[in-house]
Amino acid sequence: MTKYKFDRTYKAIVIGGSAGSFQGIVKILSALPVDFKIPIIMCLHRLKHVRNGFVEALSIKSIKPIEEPYDKQNIKFGKVYLAPANYHLAIELGNTFSLSTEEMNQNSRPSIDITLDSASYVFKEKLIGILLSGANKDGAWGMKRIKDHGGITLVQEPKECMIDTMPSAAIEQTKIDHILTINEIIEFLNALHVHIKTLN
Amino acid sequence: MYEIEISDIRKLSEIVKEKYDYDFTNYAISSFKRRIKRVLELYKFKSIAILIDKIKEDSVFFEEFVSEITVNVTEMFRDPSFWRELRDHIIPNILLNHDNISIWHAGCSSGEEVFSMAILLREMNMLHKAKIIATDIDKSIVEKAKKGVYSMKSMDLNTKNYIRFQGEQDLKDYYTVENQKIVMDPTLVEGVSYRVHDLVNGGVFNKFDLILCRNVMIYFNQKLQNMVLKKLHESIFKYSYLIIGSKESLIWCDIASKFIVVNNDEKIYKKIKD
Ligand SMILES: C[S@@+](CC[C@H](N)C(=O)[O-])C[C@H]1O[C@@H](n2cnc3c(N)ncnc32)[C@H](O)[C@@H]1O
Repeated sequence: MTKYKFDRTYKAIVIGGSAGSFQGIVKILSALPVDFKIPIIMCLHRLKHVRNGFVEALSIKSIKPIEEPYDKQNIKFGKVYLAPANYHLAIELGNTFSLSTEEMNQNSRPSIDITLDSASYVFKEKLIGILLSGANKDGAWGMKRIKDHGGITLVQEPKECMIDTMPSAAIEQTKIDHILTINEIIEFLNALHVHIKTLN
Repeated sequence: MYEIEISDIRKLSEIVKEKYDYDFTNYAISSFKRRIKRVLELYKFKSIAILIDKIKEDSVFFEEFVSEITVNVTEMFRDPSFWRELRDHIIPNILLNHDNISIWHAGCSSGEEVFSMAILLREMNMLHKAKIIATDIDKSIVEKAKKGVYSMKSMDLNTKNYIRFQGEQDLKDYYTVENQKIVMDPTLVEGVSYRVHDLVNGGVFNKFDLILCRNVMIYFNQKLQNMVLKKLHESIFKYSYLIIGSKESLIWCDIASKFIVVNNDEKIYKKIKD
């Protein structure tokens, strides 16, 4: 049986990642149950001036199709979304996406902090944040916001990370709920999937 | 941490609306909230109440507030593939039926988009045929656009974009460097009319063959997007073009049926119904 306990339903999962996170993300996406219901929103640092190619690269092994949302698009069950190049991706009250070209945060646009913070405000305790390998501190503050709103926080085990600055910064700022390897994150998501199914 | 409540944001927008002729009530909450937070930090205001009082009392400060609350980040030749499409298809198409071309940059920010257009038209040998109007709500950013002086740092990205646009020259042929600043060739924009104009409260003032309103409506909620799109629709001649940002879409909007998609990747639309 699984060691992860869930006591409610969840509205979204946000995954943040930067340098060294690509392999981990691909692994997670390739292991998702086909009928995984909770929307997954990914904010990954990527080349600013390259609009195409990244979704395709992630999609090759992904069980589900990946979409870069348009401004004010509705968030739907069962979907996987990716923040587009050179835009911040925020969640708006009423469950839509909102894009912005404002200044970079921690040298990043999209900024993980912005996605996590806005999502934590909208989804409160019904949000799960996952932060993976990365070379800067973007996302650490956002994880704290999720925790403050009662959501669940997960970071990739720093020892497993190619570059552990990002998860370590989050661990420093917040009492993170679970520090897990990619395989354990997959296990967590599967357990969550089973839990959500029993709710319906 | 100090939390900004939605009710505070509403209150602020109401007061701005009452006292000044600006209406931010239908700006997208998520980004508007971040902008307010930024203003509080910038001016070291401890609460939104202090900001509201300051706005009530000080109309000079209010202008600064408008300037800070709007997002002015922009680039030359942002989305190079879009500019190629404009050069290779859209503008030739317009000039097939017209001797002249009228263009409106709605939300021009510091003017990089206008210079991109002017360079493109000059390289097509069509600049003299264009009548360009560039507007923005933010008075100080319009002043900056008029000057056409930019930082050296910003030129890195602009140059990369220009190369990917596959322009005919070097971008540096269009500027000089003075005191560590980039000074754009003023003859590029001598025919451009720059104005302060608010898309929300401002009226329809003319009709155009081509409107660029890119990365402006992402700061609005859907209700306001619909309102503003109605005005943009009124400001375009039938069979003329509206272009929005690469991650915006008209599909959900009330007036979607009055446009057809000319190029979905580059978000180029053509008005087909009045
Ligand atoms: C991110 S910039 C877009 C610049 C350029 N079009 C581009 O795509 O790079 C957005 C601009 O919209 C302007 N803006 C915001 N609200 C406006 C309004 N109500 N009317 C006119 N301009 C507005 C802002 O001042 C800002 O300069």
